[in-house]
Amino acid sequence: MNACGKVFKYGDNIDTDVIIPARYLNSSDPKELAKHCMEDAIHSSVNFVENVKNGDIIVAEKNFGCGSSREHAPIAIKASGISCVIAKTFARIFYRNAINIGLPILECEEAAEKIEMGDEVEVDFSTGVITNKTKNETYQAEPFPEFMQEMFKVGGLIEQTKVKLGLK
Amino acid sequence: MGMTMTQKILAAHAGLESVKAGQLIEANLDLVLGNDVTTPVAITEFNKIGVNKVFDKNKVAIVPDHFTPNKDIKSAEHCKCVREFANEKEIENYFEVGQMGIEHCLIPEAGLAVPGDVIIGADSHTCTYGALGAFSTGVGSTDMAVGMARGVAWFKVPSALKFVLKNKPAKFVSGKDIILHIIGMIGVDGALYKSMEFVGDGIKYLSMDDRFTIANMAIEAGGKNGIFPVDEKTLEYVKEHSKKTPVVFEADDDAEYDEVYEIDLATLRSTVAFPHLPENTKTIDEAKGVKIDQVVIGSCTNGRIGDMRAAAEILKGKKIAPNMRAIILPGTQKIWLECVEEGLAKIFVEAGCVFSTPTCGPCLGGHMGILAKGERSLSTTNRNFIGRMGHPESEVYLCSPAVAAASAITGEITDPEDIK
Repeated sequence: MNACGKVFKYGDNIDTDVIIPARYLNSSDPKELAKHCMEDAIHSSVNFVENVKNGDIIVAEKNFGCGSSREHAPIAIKASGISCVIAKTFARIFYRNAINIGLPILECEEAAEKIEMGDEVEVDFSTGVITNKTKNETYQAEPFPEFMQEMFKVGGLIEQTKVKLGLK
Repeated sequence: MGMTMTQKILAAHAGLESVKAGQLIEANLDLVLGNDVTTPVAITEFNKIGVNKVFDKNKVAIVPDHFTPNKDIKSAEHCKCVREFANEKEIENYFEVGQMGIEHCLIPEAGLAVPGDVIIGADSHTCTYGALGAFSTGVGSTDMAVGMARGVAWFKVPSALKFVLKNKPAKFVSGKDIILHIIGMIGVDGALYKSMEFVGDGIKYLSMDDRFTIANMAIEAGGKNGIFPVDEKTLEYVKEHSKKTPVVFEADDDAEYDEVYEIDLATLRSTVAFPHLPENTKTIDEAKGVKIDQVVIGSCTNGRIGDMRAAAEILKGKKIAPNMRAIILPGTQKIWLECVEEGLAKIFVEAGCVFSTPTCGPCLGGHMGILAKGERSLSTTNRNFIGRMGHPESEVYLCSPAVAAASAITGEITDPEDIK
């Protein structure tokens, strides 16, 4: 499985209030949430919602997704068409939520440092190799633990639970 | 090698003799919690699984507290969906408006969290119950759904940071000042994926309310959980509030910690976190003088009776500054009633404050005190991210109830010691 797209680049500590402000949490409809994704990233040079295309990639620095446990955050990102989020580190609840709902995420310090806004990037999930086509560079991400790879394979925590309960 | 307190609780709930940091386990849950924002998503996911019942109708708690009493039609629809689910699944601990409070003030008060429990909640501040010597942590809605269906959750066993709290804090130095100081010291990802274990002789000077505040904000340092050892105060609290049997775990003497921090509580000052991260802390001496438009006293961090008393002690017989809005939100109906019975409500209203029904409300920019562009709020809540309390160009400063009350009087960030 591969992801390929243009990069939206962010800095440290992008919190879930920035990803999806609480004023929109009176909805849990993924399409509605996607309309306001990254709305409070007010220091970003590029408007996310106006420019995001299917397959695009978010790259951020440390502690991406910190703050609230709202699953609306990875849901909004996924429903925006983002194919992968790469960061130096992820806040733990966001990390869990992304894995549970099947939003691919990768931790890679080098990629987070070198990739810039607008770069064209390709990700090979089977090897963890991230290719920056704009800069002609490759970076190696940490591979996922086997437990999480298996969850991705079956399609997330709900599907895995069905298997465990003999409902699938 | 020995285990930390957190590791021991997790091992016992995974049916294992021992666990070590990094190990992936499945643990049995004593409580699965959700609110009006996260439960609707969890219900959708729960229905996909294909089970008809929750794993144990006594071990699920649903507290509609974020946008309640319903702030608009969409929120009302969410609350309706949650209410219908709770009725259909015969969930014992569903708290309707009128019984509900801010979930993390309510759950301990209702006796639903006791020492030794493993608790997950679809709310990041679920780490609050670590104050009682439980392992409790925030998760998302899908984890809540699976928790409701199977009564288990997957965990990566965390390593730990040890915070040795020493000596007695000064009069106006509260649990909030201690945790803000710690977050300022280690940063908003300083405890990422880790347990924060609080120990030391200083703990005996901390009320249960102070401990709840400290454990509550472990997530603001990125922590998986914050946890306190169980002492007489803990057991007294549990006896007063719960019928459940506490199980006391202690860290092994040879438990390993990634770092050990010693903090002399006697030297701490009141502490304020400046926008837009809880780690941007300054002492009151550096912070005072910043002009503010609004003060909020409440939330799952500081909505308990001790917090209300601390604010009332300062506001008694005083008036808040002209054009100041001071919004006071007791955490539960019980705390609200205690405020009335103890005369605190009268002090608040006579000072010119709003005294509201319990709600998370303004803390997350929901309702009941939203900021306009350029406005500044000093708040006893837990986050000061961009746009957290309203307009993306508004600002939130975090502090203790005493600092918030003192500052409401003067209109600028003020040391409570300076209020005569």
